[in-house]
Amino acid sequence: MTDNVIHVNELRKIYKIGEIEVHALDGVSFSIERGEVISIMGPSGSGKSTLMNLLGCLDHPTDGSYILDGEEVSELDDDQLAGIRNRKVGFVFQSFNLLPRATALANVELPMRYAGQVPDRRKRASEALESVGLADRVHHRPTELSGGQQQRVAIARALVNNPSILMADEPTGNLDSKSGKEIMELLLNLNKEMGTTLIIVTHDPRISEQTQRVIRLVDGKIAEAVA
Amino acid sequence: MNLGQAIIEALESVSSNKLRSALTILGIVIGVGAVIAMLAVGNGAQETITGSISGIGSNLLFVFRGNQTEELSHVEPLTLQDANALLDQFQAPSVDKVAPILTQGLQVTYGGEKTNPTVYGVTSSYKDVRNYSMSEGEFITDEQNLGRASVALIGVDVADKLFGRRDGLVGETIRIEGQPFRITGVLVSKGGGSFGSEDNTIMVPFSTAQARLMRRNRDSVDTIFVSVLEPELMKQASDEISQILRERHRTSIGADDFTVFSQDDFVATAKTITGVLTIFLGGIAGISLLVGGIGIMNIMLVSVTERTREIGLRKALGARKKDILIQFLTESSLLSLLGGIIGIGLGWLIAFIVGKIAIASGTPFNPVVGVDAIILATVFSTAVGLFFGIYPANRAANLQPVEALRYE
Repeated sequence: MTDNVIHVNELRKIYKIGEIEVHALDGVSFSIERGEVISIMGPSGSGKSTLMNLLGCLDHPTDGSYILDGEEVSELDDDQLAGIRNRKVGFVFQSFNLLPRATALANVELPMRYAGQVPDRRKRASEALESVGLADRVHHRPTELSGGQQQRVAIARALVNNPSILMADEPTGNLDSKSGKEIMELLLNLNKEMGTTLIIVTHDPRISEQTQRVIRLVDGKIAEAVA
Repeated sequence: MNLGQAIIEALESVSSNKLRSALTILGIVIGVGAVIAMLAVGNGAQETITGSISGIGSNLLFVFRGNQTEELSHVEPLTLQDANALLDQFQAPSVDKVAPILTQGLQVTYGGEKTNPTVYGVTSSYKDVRNYSMSEGEFITDEQNLGRASVALIGVDVADKLFGRRDGLVGETIRIEGQPFRITGVLVSKGGGSFGSEDNTIMVPFSTAQARLMRRNRDSVDTIFVSVLEPELMKQASDEISQILRERHRTSIGADDFTVFSQDDFVATAKTITGVLTIFLGGIAGISLLVGGIGIMNIMLVSVTERTREIGLRKALGARKKDILIQFLTESSLLSLLGGIIGIGLGWLIAFIVGKIAIASGTPFNPVVGVDAIILATVFSTAVGLFFGIYPANRAANLQPVEALRYE
């Protein structure tokens, strides 16, 4: 039996806008193995953001089951989901989403603050920054960093709690092609070194062709799963 | 996330937006400052008034004309005959001494100097009733009273103003309303009092005042001071006096047209007045605290909206509702606590200045900033921040991470 970090079965998400029901995700089933690099693609409105939100435990599915790292999470309440996100999911956003007033170090420490008592918080945060090549930028604030460096801080933050999966939503979308390339290299390298499952949501084929597998969504359904 | 971290983050957030934070807490600063200053001034006034009333003497009754609680169509004035009637050993066995007085502010001059002290027309018994003693000379005698002598006793404040000294004044001649009076004594200082300074006085014989200084109908008097044999007999003496005056004024049925007042009554009345004053001022101050609290709520709501993405991010990183709630409540309480602390300083300063002004203008008055007021203000301002922070913090805590992250 393969080691699936994610197993999704008949996952549905229905939004109600007034009387109209929008089937953003219409019965999606797939599995992702631990350590895999996957991209989720699809045109806008295809449900890829919805799928990312569900996989990242940011939202509740309307129906279906979602087993993350051996735990059924589709029935959990808001605070339990927050705990899952804290321990098992790392997020990298298109617009970095760093706290502007905090230093790189403080930004990376943030997930550990919500994790309860974490020993050596500061040390772990600087090690994470080191692993993304920012050992000399520890006390800089986001405004003092380039876009690529900010995204590295975000990656360090995403990985600092040793999550099971790393969700990257258009991680290179706000970067020039050179830093975008570097960020992709960094993500792939970290995946190799740490074995963290990497899920990239993108519409850029140059990104998706670097991943082992592509989940293509059309109208809330999986169009094809390219091996 | 523990409270220590929450406080540090709140401090960072508050200090990152200094002008806004300062303006936000201004309402609380003014509110708390007002509460502290008002309470201090109220307490100071109460202490000054009750302190000076207590200095009058504990076995003293005052009899005034009129009735403070009821409207009367006809009020008989109190007369010398009324005063003499109170000396009746059979009808008023508890009464010790009786001192009718006339009183009026008059101009007194000596050489080029002039002042406007309170002039009392008194009898010899006034000395014992009010516990006056003389630093020089003699008190007014019955003979002087019978002879309408042009003699005067001088209080130290008047002496200071007219002569610039307090001794060797017996034999000098001052003019009261232009008429010459020879000084026959200097009164020992009694210190400040609620009825103006008790030292800013001139005393002349009752009959002299009646005939030459203060025009009154018939033999009417302004106030009758009555000393009671024992402090325990105050109530009894008061009843005896009322009984005698009712008969004399023929008001045995219906409301009295006079009032018998003891020092305790004065203290109680003064406390009531200053108490009402304090509540009134405190109420106004409380309203400004309320307004300050609404200001905090307003800014916190703005802050929540501004930081929607940040809240979404924090939630994505694993912040629970409780964490966000604590973060924003800490921030609003910190803001108002800060405002409270600055407000306490401000209120203290105001009270201090009021005290200085009062002393400079001759009223010895000491505003008291009590520990209770400080604790009250601190607790209350923090509670205001907490209360008015609940709604914005709750709003932040209940944001859905997906929507918050998407917020532009």
